[in-house]
Amino acid sequence: METKFYTMLIYSENFAGILNQITAVFTRRQVNIESLNVCASSTPGVHKYTITCNCTEEMAKMLTKQIEKKIDVLQAHYFTDDEIFIMEACLIKLSTPVMMRNAEVSRIVRHHDAHMTEVNPTYCIVEKKGRTDDILSLFEELNSKGAVLQFVRSGRIAVTRSTTERLDQYLEEMEKMRK
Amino acid sequence: MKQLITGAEALMRSLEAEGVDVLFGYPGGAIMPTYDALYDHRERLHHILVRHEQGAVHAAQGYARVSGRVGVAIATSGPGAMNTVTGIADAMIDSTPLVVICGQVDAAVMGTDAFQEVDVIGVAQPITKWAYQIRRPQDVAWAVSRAFYIARSGRPGPVVLDFAKNAQTGLVDYEPAHVDFIRSYRPVPVPSDDVIRQAADMINHSQRPLVLVGQGVELGEAQAELQQFLELADLPAACTLLGLSALPSAHRLNMGMLGMHGNLAPNVMTNQCDLLIAVGMRFDDRVTGNVQTYARQAKIIHFDIDPSEINKNISVDLAVVGNCKQTLARVTALLHEARHDEWISAFRPLWDKENERVIRPATQPAEGPLLMGEVVSRVSEATNHQAVLVTDVGQNQMFGCRYFRYSQPRSVVTSGGCGTMGFGLPAAIGATFGAPERTVCLFVGDGGLQMTLQEFGTIMEQHSPVKIILLNNNFLGNVRQWQQMFFHRRYSFTPMLNPDYERIASAYGIPSQTVTERSQLDEAIRRMLATPGPYLLQCGVKEEDNVMPMIPLGASVDEMMLEFKD
Repeated sequence: METKFYTMLIYSENFAGILNQITAVFTRRQVNIESLNVCASSTPGVHKYTITCNCTEEMAKMLTKQIEKKIDVLQAHYFTDDEIFIMEACLIKLSTPVMMRNAEVSRIVRHHDAHMTEVNPTYCIVEKKGRTDDILSLFEELNSKGAVLQFVRSGRIAVTRSTTERLDQYLEEMEKMRK
Repeated sequence: MKQLITGAEALMRSLEAEGVDVLFGYPGGAIMPTYDALYDHRERLHHILVRHEQGAVHAAQGYARVSGRVGVAIATSGPGAMNTVTGIADAMIDSTPLVVICGQVDAAVMGTDAFQEVDVIGVAQPITKWAYQIRRPQDVAWAVSRAFYIARSGRPGPVVLDFAKNAQTGLVDYEPAHVDFIRSYRPVPVPSDDVIRQAADMINHSQRPLVLVGQGVELGEAQAELQQFLELADLPAACTLLGLSALPSAHRLNMGMLGMHGNLAPNVMTNQCDLLIAVGMRFDDRVTGNVQTYARQAKIIHFDIDPSEINKNISVDLAVVGNCKQTLARVTALLHEARHDEWISAFRPLWDKENERVIRPATQPAEGPLLMGEVVSRVSEATNHQAVLVTDVGQNQMFGCRYFRYSQPRSVVTSGGCGTMGFGLPAAIGATFGAPERTVCLFVGDGGLQMTLQEFGTIMEQHSPVKIILLNNNFLGNVRQWQQMFFHRRYSFTPMLNPDYERIASAYGIPSQTVTERSQLDEAIRRMLATPGPYLLQCGVKEEDNVMPMIPLGASVDEMMLEFKD
């Protein structure tokens, strides 16, 4: 069956140990997590997880259902890239001497619209945000010049393109059931 | 004025507030403050001292399964908690409501590899519905109430409370808590009228319907709703292993047991029906056989309370997600009265065939050694089919479940999904507390009995009226059967050198008898049932007997083997 790249957006209560429970759902079904981001959401007390993976749609459905089954998980949904706004960021530490020797290096940085945030005689720090492909091509070009000392890329973050907010609706609906 | 009490005392009051009257447990270092508080509550909270923590959880499971109430087990930290793990996993896969309370080291030393410290939450999370560490006495009332609410609501399951020693000894201004709402948890979804109407339409238009009855019917207390549903539309039904007593065996629409060692007719007819209606069951691989060839000709409706079960193993045409007590009644209200005489009579020849070739030879042999099937069948008859059946795992379980008959709900206690050997004896002890007015018959093999044999001590102390029927074939019989059928009779470590069980029983003051002759069987069963309290009836049965019929691993439900010849 066809596998696709899915982004899962998951909301949970801010309790200890939930990340463990969520990642265990993937491990048990032999799906690798490609990237993961966890942070507080816009709703107080609610945490948001952005997780990406390659799998079939059936598996994406099963994973989100099994995650949502955890008592303290509020919602879990999966999306393809056309359903969400996505972003990643990276930091690249470059060798200043290499950059000084090779003018091509700073041309690559400019060409990719990346920002130089720190420059000193030993190294320069470049930051770039965008989609995975943009970030990886920047890294690969710089790396081919032998200029990269360190590279780090963040997990994907995403918000939905939908005009309705499912979490808010869910919470509203549930609050009506509170006795 | 504030009245401060310890967290341990708060636990006692919280347990009493939840209506707990029996707990199964074993004390130890990190749970001692709780046991100290229990000493003052021992009149209301009847504590059963088991002989191993695994026994505590299985006993709590047996209690929960027959009573429908939450079973409670207590253990200490580290090894005590780890010994509960098998039972917790078993309860998770069989949807049994449990609250397991484990001691834990003081919060101040957590993470330092303190004496008897184990990361219980880390171990328990994947095998529980909820696992929570109580680190402060102020959290006791809330955590206990939440634990019971989660354990018993929706699809039931086990909850672990990991109770730090400082939370047990610390003082709290106790206020009872009552959790009956968790905003991230919707225990009972309610399907729309449209879904109910679609289900009714599909059933009304079906010519060859077949209902699969699972444990969900028992858990939802929907036995009466099920019967009305079946009877109105004349729907033949078959039960899963855990659903066997949800519909009386003698009901005219009960077509028998599903699955690998179930009955021929319902398995074969699964692949001939035009509509399969699954109620509170999860299409376990032991029920479906090969999923690629499972009921491909049929439309499928799945009634279940757990949305994650829908389309998990088998893709269905319609999901009715909710409590079957309500959903069955709502659908029944829209059903037309119908008759499916021709379809139902088509089950008959298959039954006759199985009866002739398997059931009669297994339950009414004229000669040869004693058979497991005939022992089960004679015990069931002698109890007028009113008893609770508890089994261990293996051939004793399959023969037990096949040949026992059920007339009352909640009459089967067996380890289904997990297949835990050693489950039987402690679960039977628990069942005697959960249903004290009923006869509890345990069928157990010589392998499984030895796995939790220490619970003879609990039986002795409590004088638990467990009727232990030991089907002794001097083999790990089920594995031996597979070795015979699929491993060229290479009996790798399945012959079992057995002790003298009657002498063991006698050491624990349990009356016993051994039977090897058919002519003595009925009298021995009569004596066992007439003896008050526990009894061990050891039956020396045929050594190389096979549970048949069988759907071999990977075969289709309609490829059931009636007999095996090597």
